[in-house]
Amino acid sequence: MLTRREALLGSVLTAAAVATLGSAPVMAAAKDVAGLPREKVTLVAPPFVHAHDQVAKGGPKVVEFTMKIEEKPMDIDADGTQLNAMTYNGSIPGPLMVVHEGDYLELTLINPDTNTLAHNIDFHAATGALGGGGLTLVNPGEQVTLRFKATRPGTFVYHCAPGGAMIPWHVVSGMSGAVMVLPRDGLKDDKGKPVHYDRIYYIGENDFYIPRDEQGKFKKYDSAGDNYDDTVKVMRGLIPTHVVFNGKAGSLTGQNAMKAKVGETVLIVHSQANRDTRPHLIGGHGDFVWEGGKFANPPAKDMETWFIRGGSAGAALYTFRQPGVYAYVNHNLIEAVELGATAHFTVDGSWDDDLMMQVEPPKAIAS
Amino acid sequence: MSFDPVFTFGTIAAAALIGLGVSHAVDGSQSGAPVAVGELVVLAPGSFNHSQPGEFLKDNHPAPAPVLKETIDTPLEIMKFQVSATDYDRCVSDGACKAADSRRAGNVPATGVSFTDAQAYANWLSARTGETWRLPTDLEWAYAAGERFRADIEAGEGDPADPARRWLTQYRNEVALGRKSDPEPRAPGSFGLNSKGVADIAGNVWEWTSTCYAHATMSGGGIASSISNCGVHVVEGFHRTYMSNFIRDGKSGGCAVGTPPDNLGFRLVHDHGGFLQAAVRRLGLI
Repeated sequence: MLTRREALLGSVLTAAAVATLGSAPVMAAAKDVAGLPREKVTLVAPPFVHAHDQVAKGGPKVVEFTMKIEEKPMDIDADGTQLNAMTYNGSIPGPLMVVHEGDYLELTLINPDTNTLAHNIDFHAATGALGGGGLTLVNPGEQVTLRFKATRPGTFVYHCAPGGAMIPWHVVSGMSGAVMVLPRDGLKDDKGKPVHYDRIYYIGENDFYIPRDEQGKFKKYDSAGDNYDDTVKVMRGLIPTHVVFNGKAGSLTGQNAMKAKVGETVLIVHSQANRDTRPHLIGGHGDFVWEGGKFANPPAKDMETWFIRGGSAGAALYTFRQPGVYAYVNHNLIEAVELGATAHFTVDGSWDDDLMMQVEPPKAIAS
Repeated sequence: MSFDPVFTFGTIAAAALIGLGVSHAVDGSQSGAPVAVGELVVLAPGSFNHSQPGEFLKDNHPAPAPVLKETIDTPLEIMKFQVSATDYDRCVSDGACKAADSRRAGNVPATGVSFTDAQAYANWLSARTGETWRLPTDLEWAYAAGERFRADIEAGEGDPADPARRWLTQYRNEVALGRKSDPEPRAPGSFGLNSKGVADIAGNVWEWTSTCYAHATMSGGGIASSISNCGVHVVEGFHRTYMSNFIRDGKSGGCAVGTPPDNLGFRLVHDHGGFLQAAVRRLGLI
């Protein structure tokens, strides 16, 4: 007779084409790595990012992270629409992990026994084993530790990929985040000149597919498993019910609006694990934009809107030049306004009349 | 509840509903259930200081809304409760109103209605009762709202050299109000009475008024000129805002902050020709 845990594992492995990968031991050049310095980083919830050096100090090291998977209901809009969320570390998106090229990223992934599903993690920044997915499948009550070498500088998505039909369902239930691998000598502009940022914000965009009842109201389910059949039907229509930043419509507005000052340079990392998006800063620009997110390529300059391919993370560097309230949106404006993909920046500083001024306020048309 | 005796004459009819027979309708061909008109509150005439609606320019720069002394010079008869979904559905059944995009039906305020819908209902109710029912003006609504009236979210005096100052101030003031979304309509009376005995002011249903949005130019303390846009009307509730006539769901997005109307509904004013006589006449019809 199968235990609940065995049943879950069995169903996942059956669904997974990756089953043959099993759980091969981590056996790379462990001796070389053993001598490297180690650094333990405590992750912080997006849009914030843990403290890090923009230019690496010293040689490669092993950077240790721990993430706990949490399955829990989360509100995804102001109406109280509920997602049976699956999260890395309790947030949607999962936290941004920052390392430098040549460092080793070592993640301990914990799946507490309060959860009901098996999970894993596929790092787009990693090489081999389905991004690590083949080595990290953990049942409720298990934990696993994976190490990979950060060989390519850039911003990369990570997401849950526990096999077959489970993959998109776990991703659209919230299980994605991003890694940023900085060049050891920091970011550079299109001419190779170093650039730095005063602030960094990480925005994860999600498309959600919440089933509705006969009256058109969003349904609620006791647990993630209960929503699976209904949710897949909505997913197969490819039209999301919600497109939001950081797990909820309005999560980065009002009290939680992002902040900056005139003259400050902000790096905005934007990931979308499933679906294309097109960020735009209303009233601002992308001074230097790595659309594909990969820092070995020169950034595009003076962008109005940039394209983040589904399954990737990009980065945009901007120096604020004018104070005010800025909206940062997915410039499919239907998705921004109707479906939720809007964030705000409040920017303090002095107004520059040279850049813009209202020459004459609205008045009756001169006849 | 505490009534302000200075401002409140009292409510017409102790009964919650006044039945109006079909014989009372102007159009004698209409038939069906009697039209129900909710309880009214009658407010005595009076004066008060009122923050004006619209956007204001002073010396060619945005300025806070002027606060002017205004007078209501005849008794104001206004519905104690917002028009209910049940009442609104009678208009729908009569073919005079479009079905609302309500979240709920029954004994809750009619919501998911536009300015156009509210006008249609007022016209229908007037025709069915042979009396004049209309949306309140911004001024009348504010008078009835009493201590619960809140004008536009304040952006302050600002700095003529820095337009962003007012945007940031207004954004932060709105954030500081800390209002959370509260979308589910509740039974009439759930938000209690104000000092004038009017129910559910500034609850989770914002109310349409008949006042148009306007750009006004100030000179001295007064309004020198004004250009209005009656495709957009003043909406009142927790805060005063402005909505296009066809909007039924005031959700925000884009550049808006976080205090969109939870719901759009309305209550009506009864234009009286001697309200006591009217009350007696109506009571006699029950």
